[in-house]
Amino acid sequence: MILSRRARIALAGAMVVGLAIIYVPLLLVLLNSLNSSRTFGFPPTGLTLEWWRRTLDNAGARSALWTSVKVGLGATALALLLGTCLAFAVQRYRFFGRDVISLLVVLPIALPGIVTGIALNSAFNAGGVPFGYFTVIVAHATFCIVIVYNNILARLRRTGTSLEEASADLGATTFQTFRYVTFPQLRSALVAAAVLAFALSFDEIVVTTFTTAPGLQTLPLWIFDNLFRPNQAPVVNVVAAVLVLLSVLPIWAVLRLSGDETGGRL
Amino acid sequence: MDRRTMVRAAPVAAAVLLLAAACGGSDSTSSASGSGGAAAAPPSMAAASSVGTGEGQLNIIAWAGYAEDGSNDKTVDWVTPFEKQTGCQVNVKIGNTSDEMVTLMKTGQYDGVSASGDATLRLIYSGDVAPVNPDLVPNYASVAPFLKDRAWNSVNGQMYGIPHGWGANVLAWRTDKVSPPPDTWGSVFDANSPYKGKITAYDSPIYIADAALYLKATKPDLKITNPYELDDTQFQATVDLLKQQRALIGEYWSDYTKAVQALESGDTVLGTQWQVNVNLVNGGSKAKVDSVVPKEGSTGWSDTWMISSKAKHPNCMYKWMDWIISPKVNAQVAEWFGEAPAQTKACDQTADKSHCQTYHALDQAYADRISYWTTPTRNCGDDRGNTCKDYTAWTQAWTEIKS
Amino acid sequence: MDAGLDGDQELTAVQEAPGSRPVRRDPAGVRAASFLHRSPRVRLAALLAAPMVWLVVAYLGSLAVMFAAAFWSTDSFTGALIKQASWDNFRTLVEEPVYRRIALRTLGVAATVTVVDALIALPIAVYMAKVARPRARRLLVALILTPLWASYLVKAYAWRILLSSDGPVDWALGPLHLSGPGYGLAAVTLTLAYLWLPFMILPVYAGLDRVPDSLLEASADLGAPAGRTFRSVVLPLIFPALVAGSIFTFSLSLGDYITVKIVGGRTQLFGNVIYDNIGVAANLPFAAAAAVVPVAVILLYLALVRRTGALENL
Repeated sequence: MILSRRARIALAGAMVVGLAIIYVPLLLVLLNSLNSSRTFGFPPTGLTLEWWRRTLDNAGARSALWTSVKVGLGATALALLLGTCLAFAVQRYRFFGRDVISLLVVLPIALPGIVTGIALNSAFNAGGVPFGYFTVIVAHATFCIVIVYNNILARLRRTGTSLEEASADLGATTFQTFRYVTFPQLRSALVAAAVLAFALSFDEIVVTTFTTAPGLQTLPLWIFDNLFRPNQAPVVNVVAAVLVLLSVLPIWAVLRLSGDETGGRL
Repeated sequence: MDRRTMVRAAPVAAAVLLLAAACGGSDSTSSASGSGGAAAAPPSMAAASSVGTGEGQLNIIAWAGYAEDGSNDKTVDWVTPFEKQTGCQVNVKIGNTSDEMVTLMKTGQYDGVSASGDATLRLIYSGDVAPVNPDLVPNYASVAPFLKDRAWNSVNGQMYGIPHGWGANVLAWRTDKVSPPPDTWGSVFDANSPYKGKITAYDSPIYIADAALYLKATKPDLKITNPYELDDTQFQATVDLLKQQRALIGEYWSDYTKAVQALESGDTVLGTQWQVNVNLVNGGSKAKVDSVVPKEGSTGWSDTWMISSKAKHPNCMYKWMDWIISPKVNAQVAEWFGEAPAQTKACDQTADKSHCQTYHALDQAYADRISYWTTPTRNCGDDRGNTCKDYTAWTQAWTEIKS
Repeated sequence: MDAGLDGDQELTAVQEAPGSRPVRRDPAGVRAASFLHRSPRVRLAALLAAPMVWLVVAYLGSLAVMFAAAFWSTDSFTGALIKQASWDNFRTLVEEPVYRRIALRTLGVAATVTVVDALIALPIAVYMAKVARPRARRLLVALILTPLWASYLVKAYAWRILLSSDGPVDWALGPLHLSGPGYGLAAVTLTLAYLWLPFMILPVYAGLDRVPDSLLEASADLGAPAGRTFRSVVLPLIFPALVAGSIFTFSLSLGDYITVKIVGGRTQLFGNVIYDNIGVAANLPFAAAAAVVPVAVILLYLALVRRTGALENL
């Protein structure tokens, strides 16, 4: 777009303001993790590393983190499998009910979490399924499927079938074609989808509340429990700060792998 | 919506309706009918006859401050010694309101609960809790006699729980922001209050009783005798008062930590609190809060530890019940929370020797004056018959009041 | 060595280049592969089986179970389920004005959040897609994505601190003799708009990215100023992306109850009605009936937007 210099500056300004809006609350969290006052008076009266020290000792936070990681990995794995299968089916074949699927697969994430949570809870109760890791992973996988589905669908649409047909023409079996031709093309999309799905599962609280067992706390549940507790809230801030700082890594990894996604230029 | 989707949606909709109709027709599964009155009898169940070795785990639902494990204050911990002594690892779920506790107990995933009077009978009659055998709880013998075999914790002479302690909901205020110190509930109902927007109230339908209690003292022509037995006129007047109060409210609270934080930050300066909230604020360094039981009296709670009928760790639960009313531990809880202990021997164990006097722990006359939380039912309990509002009506009214 | 070839292809066996590793041919696997290659139906069935069972049977099934409960009721004293079908719950929802009020309020909040997010996201996305250099673009995308990892709860709580009396917002507005909105509906709208902003920026950015620069240059060549180009060329092209972002902001706001609890003061939104009935009052039938409302709204919205092709832009 031919934009005047003024327009460019205005847009750059908007970008800066936007980033500021996005990051000010996060910086506040970071600041509060160092705030010496337990109740986060503003402006802060002093800075301290005491809370960071306490967090390292906090067993509750550590076990909740580990639980979240396990649940996230399980849900992501399931979602990758199911979402990829579904994307292939929809993209490469024509069949009755194909256009309904895009609606169906987006439902778990479009419907409010509390609806999905109550529904799954009633179903598990009706089926006598004991609550625990299984129920939580199933619940998370259900709404992670759409992330994987969309990503793989977009990639399949872009890559087309010509390479696969060529591979078959050259004598490769179906499995070989998948392994040597299709999969490498999908790999970066799979990684991006996995990272997004994991992030979604990692941060999910509402559906988890309805599908977990007593004593099984994911990190968001732990945070919610401790958010307002006077002595624990600073620890929560530290945990949050750590999450934000750590999140740079997977984002950076995804961007490296996805290469130049700038398909917009002719 | 295009025709194809509609055509496909129709059978699904029909199926749901058929499903609903088919599943209808079978009668209610519980012994109580939909009348909302006290039902015929609780489901018959036997109490345990012996307590074996601990199962290694215990999942309980507790009021805030009842099961401290050191995470709030390192020196306040009676859960860890219990875990060490019995080997039962304790998972505590804090219930913010009685409703939440009843809901959680229904899931069958918890072994026990510290239930207030507005939850106990509901749990008993729905079969969610089992009767207790007091002989298996040695410390029960020295529990205050006026807490045994009461209407809220026993049926036909059979105890359904172990008394924990009792107390009143207090009126609390920030000493630096509210003056002169209030002594009446009128201060939170006053339409011209200077603290408008910074007043708080407890977020549960049971709070309606607080307003009714105030009207009992200030509008005698309404003839309210029991704030939990309100007929149409009385109920309407109470709901109207609460709707007026909404304009004064900054935040309703059910999570005690949120209430504490609001008091400390000054978002709330006046309103109903638990004594434990007041103690927590005063334990910090940011604010000072004072509390009082106003002259109109107060609603309150008499809490009972109950064991789930589906408890997976019944032995651990019995051990916990004995532990929590042992003299030293009951004294610790009572002082941390700010309530009267059920255990008479706890009065010798409190750090503050006048604790039992301040809280009137052994004063039955005082105890009987508190309007303990009870589940409202249609049965008015007097010559008005079955014309009172039941808890469903209270719940719906509460949604209306808050909206 | 022609086990791997279909009988109908007349190809000679490929000579292996010297030094390359021979590909292991497992006869059973090869037979399975050719069977699959020949029968697209079986391939399709195999691909669809697991996801369909999951989504249709497990997920839709559980939704059906929940909505069937909407026709039941609970005993007001014991809370036990009374499985007698009736329309009472729905009647209460429709007749009591309080639920209508809360529903409309919630719709209003969701719509406002969507509009606010769209307005903020557009300039940001335009900058990222069209003005920034490619290297900077990657960094900017990373910067936008990073907050998604900061817990939703923590972000909401950060806003609680920002908006508390004598908090940062009040402190910043003090010199202007203004004060912050405190807790309430405005706070909820602000916080929700903040929380869902990345969900709006990303699809719009992706959509803008797909708009070929050649179109924009052509429009400029034909004499249109930037504003006109934006209105007539860009906006229609990214409309599906905007709608895709709106699906997130709208539906996420419609059912939210946690943010309301954290910064909402004494406000209630429809999510709270559902939560108070299921999480607190154990009144599954009424909660299920109440849940029909946001579900119906969202289904309607999804059906409307399907036409715009937004579902492919998620």
